[in-house]
Formats: sequence, C-alpha cells, structure tokens
Amino acid sequence: MSDTAEILREHLGKALWDTCTMVGIATVVGVVFGTALAVVLYLTQARLFTPNRLVNTVVGFVVNAIRSLPFLILLVVLIPLIQLCIGDPYTPAGGAIALSIAAIPFFARIAESAFADVDPGLLEAAVSTGAPLRQIIAGAVFPQALPSFIRGIVLTVISLLGYSAMVGTIGAGGIGDLAIQYGYNRYETGVLIAIVVLLVLLVQLIQWAGDRLALRFTH
Amino acid sequence: MAAIITLDDVSVTFHEAGHTIEAVKHASLEVEQGEIFGIVGFSGAGKSTLVRMINLLERPTSGRVLIDGRDITGLRGGPLRDLRKSIGFVFQGFNLIGNATVGKNIEFALRAGGVPKARRRGRTQELLELVGLSGKMDSYPSSLSGGQKQRVSIARALANNPRILLCDEATSALDLETTEGILALLKRINTELGVTIVFITHQLEVAQRIFDRVAVMENGVIIEQGKTFDVFAEPHHETTQALVERFLGVAVPERLVPELPVGRLVELRYKGDHAFDPLISAVSSRHGVAINVLHGNVEYFGTQPIGTLVVLVAAIREGQRGAQDVEDALDELRGTVFGFKELTDAAVEQALDSPYGGGPRTAAQTKKTVQQEVLV
Repeated sequence: MSDTAEILREHLGKALWDTCTMVGIATVVGVVFGTALAVVLYLTQARLFTPNRLVNTVVGFVVNAIRSLPFLILLVVLIPLIQLCIGDPYTPAGGAIALSIAAIPFFARIAESAFADVDPGLLEAAVSTGAPLRQIIAGAVFPQALPSFIRGIVLTVISLLGYSAMVGTIGAGGIGDLAIQYGYNRYETGVLIAIVVLLVLLVQLIQWAGDRLALRFTH
Repeated sequence: MAAIITLDDVSVTFHEAGHTIEAVKHASLEVEQGEIFGIVGFSGAGKSTLVRMINLLERPTSGRVLIDGRDITGLRGGPLRDLRKSIGFVFQGFNLIGNATVGKNIEFALRAGGVPKARRRGRTQELLELVGLSGKMDSYPSSLSGGQKQRVSIARALANNPRILLCDEATSALDLETTEGILALLKRINTELGVTIVFITHQLEVAQRIFDRVAVMENGVIIEQGKTFDVFAEPHHETTQALVERFLGVAVPERLVPELPVGRLVELRYKGDHAFDPLISAVSSRHGVAINVLHGNVEYFGTQPIGTLVVLVAAIREGQRGAQDVEDALDELRGTVFGFKELTDAAVEQALDSPYGGGPRTAAQTKKTVQQEVLV
C-alpha cells in the first residue's frame, strides 16, 4: 500500500498534467478546426446560403474517412507522420497531435449538427434583414447553437480523455500510461483503482460544469 | 398610382426527391405604393412562396420581380442585401433569436442596416416604443407572450425604415384578441409611416379588417384579385366562394335543423346599406307568408357591409294557393337582394358536411328523416 502511495506521489502529478495538456490542446485544435469544417459543411448544405454539393461531399467524405478509423488504428497510422513532424512520437506532444487529428472530424460533426438544428425560420428572418453572411453566422446561428455547442465540447473532452489513455499505452505519457505501466504491467492494483476513481470523478466534474455552462446560455 | 411591387408572370418549381412541385404558376400582380395588399387562400396554395419572392428569399424559376419598376430578379450579394434592408419581413413563427434579448434581436437588424453601434440602443428604444413594448429591451423572447413576440419581430422588421413590410401569416399563431392588436399596429404603421404592406393569410377576418386589395390563390395560381370588398361581395371563382362561404357561412344551428317547420329555406345576401328588415316584413305581409329568420350575420369590409340572412319562407294559406304565395314571395326576394340561394336538402347537407360548414352529417340526416315523417 505504501508502494501505491509512493508511485502516485511520484508520478501522478506529471501524468495528470500530461493528460491535461494533451486533451486541452486537442480540444482547442478540434474545436477551432472542427468548427471551421462544420461551417463549411453547413453553408454548402443550406439552401439559403451557398449550396455546393461538390464541396459538401468532399469535406464530408474526408471527415467520415478519419472518423471511420478506430482511434488506436489512427494512432498507429499517424506515428510516421508525427515522427516526421516532431521527431519522437512517443511524447505528450506526439500524443497531442494524434488526439487533435481525431478531435477535428469528431467535433466537426457535432458542431454541424448543432448548426443544423437552428430553426430555418430564424435563418430566413436573419437573411431578410440584409445582414451579411458573417453576421448571420456569428449573430444569429451561433448564439442559437451555443448550448448544443457547449455540450458537444464536453462530449469531445470526455472522449479525448478516453483516447488519451490509448496514447498512453504507446508511451506518450499521461494517466493512462501510468495505469498501464504500474497498475497493469507491475500489478499495482492500488494505482489502477486510484486512477479509475480519478477518471470517474474527472468525467463527472467535466459533465457537471459543461451542463451548467450550457444552461447559462439557454434562454 | 405607381406600382411599388410587380410580380410579372412568376413561377417557382421545386425539385424534391424526384418530384417536381410547381409551387407558383405564372402569377402576376401589382402592389401599389401605400396600400395593404392581401393574398389569401387555403394552406398549400403557394402564398408563402409568392411573398418570399418579393425579397428573393425564393427565386422565381421564371418571370420577373420588380420593385419601383426596377427588375431585381437577378440581384445577388451586396445589392441584394441592400434591397432586403428596405423590405421588412414578419413571420408566423416570429423567428426571433431565442438566446438573445429583445434589444439584441432588433440590434441585429440595425447592425445589418449599417447603423453605428452608438446609435443602435437609442433606435431600438424608439422601435420598442412604436410597437408598445418599451421596457422589454433586456427581456428574452421566452418570457414574452405570442403577441409581444410578434411585436418584437415587427420592430425588427421596421428597424431600417423599410418602405415595404411583408407579413407571412403574421397573426395565424395568435388568439383573436392579440390578432386585433397586431392588426391595429400594422394599420397604424401603414397610415402613419406610409409603409406598403403585403400580408398573406388564410384568415378572412384579417382580410376583412385591413386589406385594401386582395388576391386569392389556389394551387399556385392567382385565381382572382381586386378590391377586398368587391372580391368578397362577388366572388367569381369557386375557391373564393368556398372561402367566403366559410367566413360568411350558412351555419344553420344544428339544434334547429330537426325542428324546422315545413317551408323553403333560403339564403339571402345583401351588400352596401341595403335595409333588410323592412323588406322581410313587407314581403311577408304583401304575400301572406311567414318568414322566419333563422340566421343573420353582417360583416364589414372596411366600411362596407356584407349581410347574410337565412330565412324559412312558409305558407300560411293551405294547399295550392299557399304554395303560390311562397313562390311569389321568393320571386320578390330574388329580385331585390344581391345574392339569393335556395338551400335544398342537398345544400344544407353539404353545408353541414363540408369542412367549412361545421356540423356532423347526422344533423342533416336527422332533418331528412323529420321531413320524411312530415311528408308521411
């Protein structure tokens, strides 16, 4: 038992930090680029804006293609690419890149559906004011989609937290890594249990905070 | 007067899942500066599509849209946005940004219209006062009633001082009392601000109250148009007749039908200031018949009334001579009133049976049975 405490004291802080940076970076990248893709998907589909079947199909295909790979396989496929970019893929930075690439199409679909749920009548009203596209998206579509958008971010963060454990197994660090290395490979059940509890609490906390935030923007 | 809006032989065709739907077929109309022009018809007639062409939310597949005589059909980008700023649009479902305050909803339009940020709040306040909602600037739409939401959307539509206001079933989601308030507001906007209004609705109450002229649509075709009173006083097309019938309606109270004494059931319609009661009593005493008024209704279109009376003309004398009295009385009525329609069994049954007549079929059947009993 003292071993468990020792291991946790020594490694948990760093592992937690690595997980947070990986998930944090991937979430930011995923939300930014995913939203951009979602806007493209949305605009090329909506009748009132700039319907463009070709662009919609191509972007949709790429998004689906990445999403169709199980994360572990995507990770393995990406290793050479990451190696090319930053040298050593088995680091938190490498993990962050892999997670980001998974996060972008994941969030793109979530954001697209948040936009698509906005009442088309509202769009007609916004278009009727003579507002330019940018104002319609930022001033009408986005505020309406914001609560779903926030829930989507929560979903993304929680999924990425799960994926980050897989990144850990190939040696990129984080609490997943800790759990596998000590809890599984070295039979330190205490470490495993501690990390399971930690993960459960973390996910609950993120969900709770996200729900509250989403509610704040719902009127 | 010059036409502010001209639809010149416009058609709209949708392609949906292999089907081709002609929503509007070769429609033409002219709306004059400063009037309230109505488009009525049953739902699915193509009214919404037609009105959406005026600000090009819907593009005509063929034909031209002219505003102030200028062909706008091909406008895109900046010039189209500029045009839309001068045309307000009010929707049935209000279409407000739910997650933005009333003030922000109106400021959205002001921003689109290029009003500098510093002046937006002041102008928003002005608009809210105009629609009778000052003090609601920072409320969210969800806290407002239907009528209040529609007032906000009217304020938004008026933000950039449009010359045209398009209303798509703007009162159809509201109760009667609220509708009155909104109509009064629109009428005021029309007279005080000189805004030309195009209003589409399936509610004839609305048409009756505020339309100067009206077009009737069915299956994408404009089947009739003209001054509101003329169109409704003398409907030519059978769909218009059905609309008017539903509104002015025969509606013999169901309860009465089985109790009707033997006689001839007639629907009389008059317009203008025709004095009616003296006619009924004069005919009654001149021909020695009993005339029972079963149903009466007067609807005003602007200041002009259209009246409907359903009367039962019955003989007082017995036999052949009584029957002749009734014939003479009916002849005089026919010659005097503007609309004369004898309600045969079939007509009554149809009126009660049709979706506009209201009553269940059994009432008409009951009447038949009663009459058969009388005949026996």
